[in-house]
Amino acid sequence: MTRRLVDAATGLATLVLLALVWELYKWLGPADGWSIGEIRVLPRTSDLAMPHTWEILGRLADPLTAAPDAPSLAGAVLAAGAFSFGIALLSWVLGVTVGILLALGMQRLRVVESAVLPLVILSQTIPLIALAPLVRGWGSRLYLGPVEWEPWMSVAVIASYLAFFPVAVGALRGLQSPDTIHVELMRSYGAGWWATLVRLRLPASVPHLLPALRLAAANAVVGTVVAEVSTGIPGGLGRMILEFANFASSDPAKPWAPLLGAVLLGLVVAGLVALIGLPLSRFRRVEVSA
Amino acid sequence: MTIQTAPQREEHPRGAVAVEVTGATRVFQGSAGTVTALDGVDLTVGAGEFVSLIGPSGCGKSTLLRLIADLDRPTAGTIEVFGRTAEQARLAHDYGIAFQQAGLLPWRTVRANIELPLAMHGTGRAARRERADHLIELVGLTEFADHYPDQLSGGMQQRVAIARAVAEEPSLLLMDEPFGALDEMTRERLQGELVRICAETRAAVVFVTHSIPEAVFLSDRVVVMSARPGQIREVVDIDLTRAARSDEGLREDAAYFAAVTRVREALHHGSPTPAQGVELR
Repeated sequence: MTRRLVDAATGLATLVLLALVWELYKWLGPADGWSIGEIRVLPRTSDLAMPHTWEILGRLADPLTAAPDAPSLAGAVLAAGAFSFGIALLSWVLGVTVGILLALGMQRLRVVESAVLPLVILSQTIPLIALAPLVRGWGSRLYLGPVEWEPWMSVAVIASYLAFFPVAVGALRGLQSPDTIHVELMRSYGAGWWATLVRLRLPASVPHLLPALRLAAANAVVGTVVAEVSTGIPGGLGRMILEFANFASSDPAKPWAPLLGAVLLGLVVAGLVALIGLPLSRFRRVEVSA
Repeated sequence: MTIQTAPQREEHPRGAVAVEVTGATRVFQGSAGTVTALDGVDLTVGAGEFVSLIGPSGCGKSTLLRLIADLDRPTAGTIEVFGRTAEQARLAHDYGIAFQQAGLLPWRTVRANIELPLAMHGTGRAARRERADHLIELVGLTEFADHYPDQLSGGMQQRVAIARAVAEEPSLLLMDEPFGALDEMTRERLQGELVRICAETRAAVVFVTHSIPEAVFLSDRVVVMSARPGQIREVVDIDLTRAARSDEGLREDAAYFAAVTRVREALHHGSPTPAQGVELR
């Protein structure tokens, strides 16, 4: 328990330190930044470019707009964060499912591994920004009977495209991780593929799978926000980042709010995935480096 | 999984054949050419008999064991286990096996590791627990039943592996240098335990080892093999009763030393230098 407290204190101290570095640079750095030739190496420190940390935090409590019934900025960010969280969660589940199915197929059949693994790796070289409008375009032309294809579904698909990758690779490595001696032991028991999978390969894959799930969670969040930006879907943090960027000169603390929201979203999702690891601790007795 | 023609274990009278190897040859195709690991090996192991395979590194003793276990297939020749093919015997769970490494599943406790073969073959929970309790007591690990393998010493892990190998009361036990990685004291203690366990289960044993004293102490017969190509050079009968073996004094007995000398001479017969990879202690 004391260990947890120390960890929490360390985390908080790091945050404070970051804020200190921010303020220190703002105080000492030149107002116009520092450039080598045409290239600016250090950012400007004006109040427009780098508002004080307390102004960023203080702005959260103020109303979103000048309208009389406007919600607070923090409320708006949280609402947008919740919207993005839903999509990120769905894309994580989608990505993990696809990733594990791919890994199972690749482990089961050598030929599938040789055929699919290069494609899996190749898939990550296509930039998300290029892919997003395509997926949105396909989605709008999909007819699924009574179910209408909603734009947010496109976002989930695009984000899951980022999320499945670490799971496919990590799960494959995990499923292939048992020692020869264990595989032969299973063979000596006359165990088939399924029994070997359940008794040996799945438990052995846990130490590889958990870091992969964490990576997938981070990818799902980034993928969701980026896909929201590139498809322009309203309601989430991505669109909010786009919109608030316009206030950079009139309300300089405002654009930072959705960024804080994205950080919070990442922390929440990472925390949820860490919870998955808790009941699986006995499968992690041999820890591997991810 | 079920073999219709499989004869029942109970139908084997003592003295029946556990393992029948006929003309077994195993050739490995490597990038550096072909290696003949085994060349026309014939071997018969009777039910309840303890047979050790000994010889220099590369004499094919482990390969022979793997063929019997159906973890590998012969290039030529046949292998029968209790009158059926090695594959049928494997699928019918005719044998228990132990390797040089304990090979315990790290996420299972001692008890759960021993229960593993029983669980995989559909033994009920209560029967499993009862059998595991008995075996844990047999190998002297009662206090460690709920420990995980990483909390045990190498010797303790190997005991768990042996308990796991005999969990289903197999009539054949295959052991590939199970004490090879242990220190001498632990090794002698576990040898004594193995003799006791074999006396209780009456299983036939095929035991691969590097150690002459170990082979003599444990075996009814010692099969001495030679390398390149792997062949049986000589079979040495050890005329020590099981009762004598359960007595630690045997290790200092004259008959024991005579048998050790005979095996050593068989190993070195015809080779000008001492065979490599054989422990002469």
